[in-house]
Amino acid sequence: MSALVVGEVVAERSVHLTREALVRYAGASGDFNPIHYRDDVAAAVGLPGVLAHGMLTMGIAVGTLAEALGDTGRIVEYGVRFTRPVVVDPEAGADLHVSAKVGAVDGETARVDLTVTHAETTVLGKAQVRVRLS
Amino acid sequence: MNPELVGRVFPPTAPYLVGREKVREFARAVFADAPQHSDPEAARALGYDDVVAPPTFAMVVQDLTLQQLLGEPGSGIELSRLVHAEQRFRYSRPIVAGDELVATLTVTGIRSLGGNAMITSDAEIMDATGAHVVTAISVLLAGEAGA
Repeated sequence: MSALVVGEVVAERSVHLTREALVRYAGASGDFNPIHYRDDVAAAVGLPGVLAHGMLTMGIAVGTLAEALGDTGRIVEYGVRFTRPVVVDPEAGADLHVSAKVGAVDGETARVDLTVTHAETTVLGKAQVRVRLS
Repeated sequence: MNPELVGRVFPPTAPYLVGREKVREFARAVFADAPQHSDPEAARALGYDDVVAPPTFAMVVQDLTLQQLLGEPGSGIELSRLVHAEQRFRYSRPIVAGDELVATLTVTGIRSLGGNAMITSDAEIMDATGAHVVTAISVLLAGEAGA
């Protein structure tokens, strides 16, 4: 990532999520909100199904950049809005696609815009990573 | 939701010691397969003392502060009706295994929004020397119980 060019896609990947992945994230993160593993609780609070943790989606999104950055310590700021839920079907799971594109470059940092889609829908809003250039 | 919580600074959390296996476990859970998250040699090659936590690992420490908020008497927040609306991290440096971290939560805003409360908060995460590591900023939407 030596010469960052605005508009350039610097990283891309697809990740398949299963219910197992949600349980694994619950355990690793300590977020045991039952809407992420219990269909009955998700239905009772009016959700279309069991949802992936927003923080799991946020983590997967930024992880896409790691190889291109070399050192994730170059990240100085990372923010997202959770705009659409990712429903994880018990059998089919859910597929996330992440694309990282350079949005702006100034003297010391670059802004990388992450586009995360699930079933043709963008699920994160204003997902932006500010990275040091060196 | 008690609007008097705005401006409240909670007591610092008990020190959280970042373990190497915890970083590996978290990295696996977020599909963070870059070697510096699991291999101490790869992390040392980048100048770190031990494995480097993925960027969103700060949430694990921030979560301790959100437990303080949820545990506040009369907060009226029910976990299953809590929606994470926005999240932001501002880093001075990445979290590394061996760090002992303390987080201090400040509630910066509460707004009523059609039966929901929108709660914004900052968690300042510092290391054992008192140096800033990362600030975690959350916007949560809390449905009122029974609403």
